[in-house]
Amino acid sequence: MSTCTCGGNHRQEMLIPMIGVITDIRTETPDVKTFRVVGRDGKKLFEHMPGQCAMVSVPGVGEAMFSITSSPTNKEYQEFSIKRCGTLTDCLHGMSVGEEITVRGPYGNAFPVEEALKGQNLLFIAGGIGLAPLRSVINYVLDNRENYGTVEILYGSRSADDLVQLEEIQQVWCKTEGVDVYLTIDREQEGWDGHVGFVPSYLKELEFSTDKTVLVCGPPIMIKFVLAALMEMGFSKTQVYTTLELRMKCGIGKCGRCNIGSKYVCKDGPVFRCDEIDELPPEY
Amino acid sequence: MYKIEKSQLPGLLAAIAAREDLFLPIQKSGQANFGLWSGDADVDLNTLKTVKSGKDCFFPQSETLYSCRKEEGKLAIDPAKLQETPFVVFGMRACDVQGLKVLDNVFLKDAVDSFYAARREHGTVVALACHEPEETCFCKVFGIDAAAPGADVACWFIGEELYWKALTEKGKALTDQVKELLTEAEEKAVEEEQEHIRAVIDKLPYSHLDLSVFREKSTMELFDSPRWEELYHPCLACGTCTFVCPTCQCYDIRDFNTKEGVQRYRCWDSCMYSDFTMMAHGNMRTSQMQRFRQRFMHKLVYYPDNNEGMFSCVGCGRCVSKCPASLNIVKVIKKLGGDAQ
Repeated sequence: MSTCTCGGNHRQEMLIPMIGVITDIRTETPDVKTFRVVGRDGKKLFEHMPGQCAMVSVPGVGEAMFSITSSPTNKEYQEFSIKRCGTLTDCLHGMSVGEEITVRGPYGNAFPVEEALKGQNLLFIAGGIGLAPLRSVINYVLDNRENYGTVEILYGSRSADDLVQLEEIQQVWCKTEGVDVYLTIDREQEGWDGHVGFVPSYLKELEFSTDKTVLVCGPPIMIKFVLAALMEMGFSKTQVYTTLELRMKCGIGKCGRCNIGSKYVCKDGPVFRCDEIDELPPEY
Repeated sequence: MYKIEKSQLPGLLAAIAAREDLFLPIQKSGQANFGLWSGDADVDLNTLKTVKSGKDCFFPQSETLYSCRKEEGKLAIDPAKLQETPFVVFGMRACDVQGLKVLDNVFLKDAVDSFYAARREHGTVVALACHEPEETCFCKVFGIDAAAPGADVACWFIGEELYWKALTEKGKALTDQVKELLTEAEEKAVEEEQEHIRAVIDKLPYSHLDLSVFREKSTMELFDSPRWEELYHPCLACGTCTFVCPTCQCYDIRDFNTKEGVQRYRCWDSCMYSDFTMMAHGNMRTSQMQRFRQRFMHKLVYYPDNNEGMFSCVGCGRCVSKCPASLNIVKVIKKLGGDAQ
């Protein structure tokens, strides 16, 4: 057999994961846990930007894309807030600190924190586990406070027990100067004296001025009504960013699953400005 | 330009196979498909279209990406070896060679797929011109010339001889390896053969399909066309069209639990299947019409959008002859084209 001249220059890390160690697990809600992950050397696995995702896997069980919920300004670790809703997430929820998983990434684009968002007043609107990707941006903004204008956060979930990152919201965000936090839950609940009602209607009640850039993430139905409410309030679609979530396998725009129109959500997204989404076939 | 007598071909193939792996159409269970040459293989260079295209040789239907073991709670990952040795794919047709160029745009652009890249780098393609193109062929529509396949080496069967012409450095290197078996030849015989082939192709029923509608109409206009509803009905969602297609590249990544650990492998998948886009929170394409539309919109609109107008169809006609419901891309092109006229 003759030999080859390539010199072994091919790199194959695109689909080959790194090993991650779970160093902390926080139970956020009855079905959401936040996992802290580092490399075996105790260091952060990779650098990322707010909004980017990574493929998390338990070998033999499955692999799926999750948004990275920690901010890039955190130099020690990455965090993933994961809702239990399938085989892989069920397995992850059963894991303990010290166990190993695999991680590859980061994939996709990011919220334009160093470009379009700089100097802007920001309004974050999240529903349920949709806070996960926005939390990365919020903490990035808070850690670079001087680069941004006012920060307002509207966050809602089904019940008070389903609010993710409640401790951080109450202990950090609510206490940061120039940050206003508005929480709401869908139905009345004993012990909750805050706002009750769906996110889109609370949004309209709050009558925000339109001099803001808006970042929205949550269940598709919430995003739909939030967008309608924002348009009604006089915002333009070019002021609003959101993320799309589709099935993914490769993360690099090749396996075909997250293809909508000429875009691949894994590499051209997951962050889109809402006027860009309008140009895509409505398959999300 | 060289030639060799047909009767000497087994010797030529054996000479190539003695140096490197040789893949070529082999008859097995009544079907011709690309397979590894062996002395007793039933080599079939006459069948125009193998059931599956030669795509497997570069993007296998299934391949392991890495193995993973767990020892005392610790994971160990062992990436699969990339192709390191040269190999030859003999007998691909012009359409399938163009199919590789379509795949190159997917796997070699932006994030390079090293598994595919290593195979492309180490593979030499010897293509055969199509002496008798079939009625299901429409490569001409995509600017492909079945009389002059653009591979590393192009070959023509003329009478009792095989004509051989190296077109690239890789092709020249292969030619040098087997030169003692070849004799020098004039181009004239090939030119006559090419004229014959082009004349046959010009008369084929699908050789003059009009693709202008896909360049002229907007993506949303085509996406919203009422023709999809009319077209998709017979579709059984079997995925045959995807698996025989030389340009389909969608894949799945799965785990195989062995006694020794887990093998993570990728395998061909089809956007025609209902679970292709299924997620915990729902499915973005719940009807077969949507999945059918996705496959053809991708080939005729989305892929060209991202690749300077190159279509992700090469007119091989496999879907035309293999679809159990007689659906195919020709019907789609005609029907949507009819919209414009």
